[in-house]
Amino acid sequence: MELFFQQLINGLSLGALYALIAVGYTVVYGIVQLINFAHGEIFMIGAFGAFATWTVMGRPADWPATTALLVLLPLMMIGGMVAAIAVAVATERFAYRPLRGAPRLAPLISAIGVSVFLQELIRLFFGTNPFIPSSSWPVRIPGWPDAKSAVPFPSVTGISGEIISIGGVTIQMPAVFTLGALAICTVFLWYFVNRTKTGRAMVATSQDPDTARLMGINVDRVIVSAFAVGAALAAIAGVAHGLRYGNIDFRMGFLAGLKAFTAAVLGGIGNINGAVVGGLVLGVAEAMATTFIPGQFGSSAWKDVWAFVLLIMVLVFRPQGLLGAKVVDRA
Amino acid sequence: MNKRTFKLAGVAILASTLALAGCGARTDAGTGGATGTKVAKIGVIVPLSGGLSAMGLGIKNSVDLAIKQANASNAIPGWKLELAAEDDAATPDVGKNAATKLASDDAVIGVVGTLNSSVAQVVTPVLSSANIVQVSPANTNPSLTKGADLTNPKRPYANYFRVCTTDAVQGPFAAQYLLGAGIKKVATIHDKKSYGQGLVENFAAAFKAGGGEVVAAETINPDDSDFSAVISKVKAAGPDAVYYGGEYPQAGPLSKQMKAAGLKVALMGGDGIFDANFIKLGGTAGDLATSVGAPVETLDSAKAFVEAYKAAGFAEGYSAYGAYGYDAANSIIAALKTSLASAADAKSARSATVTAISAVSFEGATGKVGFDEFGDAVSRVLTVYKVTDGEWKAEKTGELK
Repeated sequence: MELFFQQLINGLSLGALYALIAVGYTVVYGIVQLINFAHGEIFMIGAFGAFATWTVMGRPADWPATTALLVLLPLMMIGGMVAAIAVAVATERFAYRPLRGAPRLAPLISAIGVSVFLQELIRLFFGTNPFIPSSSWPVRIPGWPDAKSAVPFPSVTGISGEIISIGGVTIQMPAVFTLGALAICTVFLWYFVNRTKTGRAMVATSQDPDTARLMGINVDRVIVSAFAVGAALAAIAGVAHGLRYGNIDFRMGFLAGLKAFTAAVLGGIGNINGAVVGGLVLGVAEAMATTFIPGQFGSSAWKDVWAFVLLIMVLVFRPQGLLGAKVVDRA
Repeated sequence: MNKRTFKLAGVAILASTLALAGCGARTDAGTGGATGTKVAKIGVIVPLSGGLSAMGLGIKNSVDLAIKQANASNAIPGWKLELAAEDDAATPDVGKNAATKLASDDAVIGVVGTLNSSVAQVVTPVLSSANIVQVSPANTNPSLTKGADLTNPKRPYANYFRVCTTDAVQGPFAAQYLLGAGIKKVATIHDKKSYGQGLVENFAAAFKAGGGEVVAAETINPDDSDFSAVISKVKAAGPDAVYYGGEYPQAGPLSKQMKAAGLKVALMGGDGIFDANFIKLGGTAGDLATSVGAPVETLDSAKAFVEAYKAAGFAEGYSAYGAYGYDAANSIIAALKTSLASAADAKSARSATVTAISAVSFEGATGKVGFDEFGDAVSRVLTVYKVTDGEWKAEKTGELK
C-alpha cells in the first residue's frame, strides 16, 4: 500500500510536469490548429533562461531559505518566462505567421525545423558565444557554462534535496513545487480564460476566427497571447524540471515535449482542463505500470508501452480525448 | 511592406545559419606539397558533442598529442601523420557516416575509436571492408572481439583491436568487490544499450555465483530524466547497493534521485560512470565505479603522458579514456613504423598495418599494451574507485583471475 501511494506521488508529480507543458500544445492547437512541435524546446529554453538568470546574478549559492524562496526562485522563474515568451513570440512571428494561410503540413514542418534550430541555438549559445565577434571567433566567455552536455541546475535552498516523509511515503520538495505550480497555473488559466478580455477573445477566436475578427478582435494579438501563455507555463515546467532533476540539457525538450503532446491528446487537444488531466493520468499510468503490472511485461522497461496502450485505448473509445469536446472540423 | 520584412528576416536567419554551418566545417589540410613527405592520417571516431563529449574530447586530444609527439620525433621517416577527428555523437548512425567518410579518404590508415560499444558494432564493419585498422580505447563489450557466442569465441573482424579490458572482466570484478565488502543483496539497473546490458549481465552472473542475491532487475530509458518510479520499486526490494550499467549522464542524476527518494545505498557502475561529470551531475559520496587499468596518476608510465597532456594546453581534461586513446594511437603508430617503411602510399599499407599491429608490444600510459589472438588487450588490471570528498579516489587495484 505504501508503494502504491509512493508511486501515486511519483506519478502525479511527473504528470504535473507533463501537464504544464501540455497546456501550451493545447492552447495553440485550440486557436490555430497547429501542433507546435517546437513547444518542447520552449520548455527547455525556460529552464536555460532561469539558469542564465542565476548565472547573471553571480551564481548565488547557500542563500537562506527565505531569501532563496522569495527572491532567487521568483527571479529565476521570471527570467525563464521572459526567455521562453520572447522565443515563443518570435517563433510565431517568423516561423508560423508567414505560413498561416498555407496547407496544414507546412507549419508542422516549420515547427520541426524550429525545434532543431532552437536546440542548436542553445547548444552554441552556451558552448561558445557566437554573438560576440572576434578574430578568434567564436569566443568562449570565461565562466559562461558549456551546454554541450548536461548542465547542473542551481539548487534553491528550501526546495532542492528537501523531503517530507509521511508514514513511509517520501515526497520531495521539488515535486511539491511542481504540483503547487500546476494548481496555481490552473486557477490562473481558468481566471484568464473566463474572466479577462484577452481570454474571452481567445475562446471566441478558437470557436470561429472569422466571426471573431468581424467582432473587432485582433486575431494576431490573440494568437501571440496564446503562444505567450503556453510559453510561460512551459518555463515554469522548465524550472520545476531543473529543481527536480538537478540537471538541464539542450535536448531535454524533445522527449518531454513528446510526452506532453501525448498528454494533450489524451486529455482532448484544444481543451485546457483536458491537458491538465491528461498530463496527470499519463504520469500516474507510467509510474503505476512500473510496479503493478505483474510478470515480465511489468518492469520499468515497459512503462512507456503501457502509457501508450492507455493512449490508444482512450483514442479508440473516445477519439476526442478524455475531456475533449466533439471536434468540429472547420471549413 | 510586411512581406518584405519577412523576406529580410528569412534571409537574415538563413545567413546566420549558413555562417554557423560554415564555422563547423573543417578545412582539409592539403596533402603533398611538402618536400617528399607523405601524409598518413589517423582517424578518431568519438562523441565530440552530446552527453558523452567529455570522454570523447579527452580521447581526441590524447590522440592529437600522440600524433604531435610522433611527428616531432620523426617516428616514421618520410611520413607526416595527421589527425582526422569525426564526431559520432554516441549514436551508431552518425558513427557509421563518420566511418564511411574516413574509409573513403585514401590517406587514412588507422582509426582510434569508438567510445561506445554500440557505435563500434556499426563502425567496425565499415572500416573492416576498407582494411583499416581500428583500435578502441574504450569498447568493453566482449562480443566485439569474440563474437556473439562467448562460449565458442570466434573473432568477427580481423582489423579490430582494443587497449581496454571488457565487461566480461569488469562486471565480475565489481561483483567480487561488493561481495568482499559484505554486500549480499543488490539491485541492478541498466539503460538497455549494449554496454549497460552487457555489464549488468556479466555482473549479475558473477554476483550470483559468488553467493549474492539480485533482488531487483530494472531498466531505464536513456532519454528519461525521471527515475522516481524505478527507484521506488527498487527501494521496496531493499537492496544494499545498486549496480548500474550505463553512463554518467544518467547515472549521476539516478544517484541523486536515489538519495533524494531515501534509497541511501551506494550506486556502483562501470567505467562509463567513471568521470568527473558523474559527480557534477549528482553522484554522491560512497558511489563506486570500476575502471580498466591502474589509476593513471599512479603509474610511472602514465606520469609522462599526464605531464605532456598538461603541457599541450588542451581546453578539456583527458577524462577516463585519454590515456587509453593515447595508447591506442601509439599502438597504431608503432605498427606504422613497420608497415609504412617501404609503402608507396597510405592506402596500400592498410592491410600490412593490420598484420603489424598484432605484434605490437610496449609500455604505454596505462601499462603494458599488446593484443591477444582476438584483438583484446593482454592486460586485465582493473581498479575500483569511490567518490570521496567530491572526487573519484582509487579504492582497490587488482587483476581478475
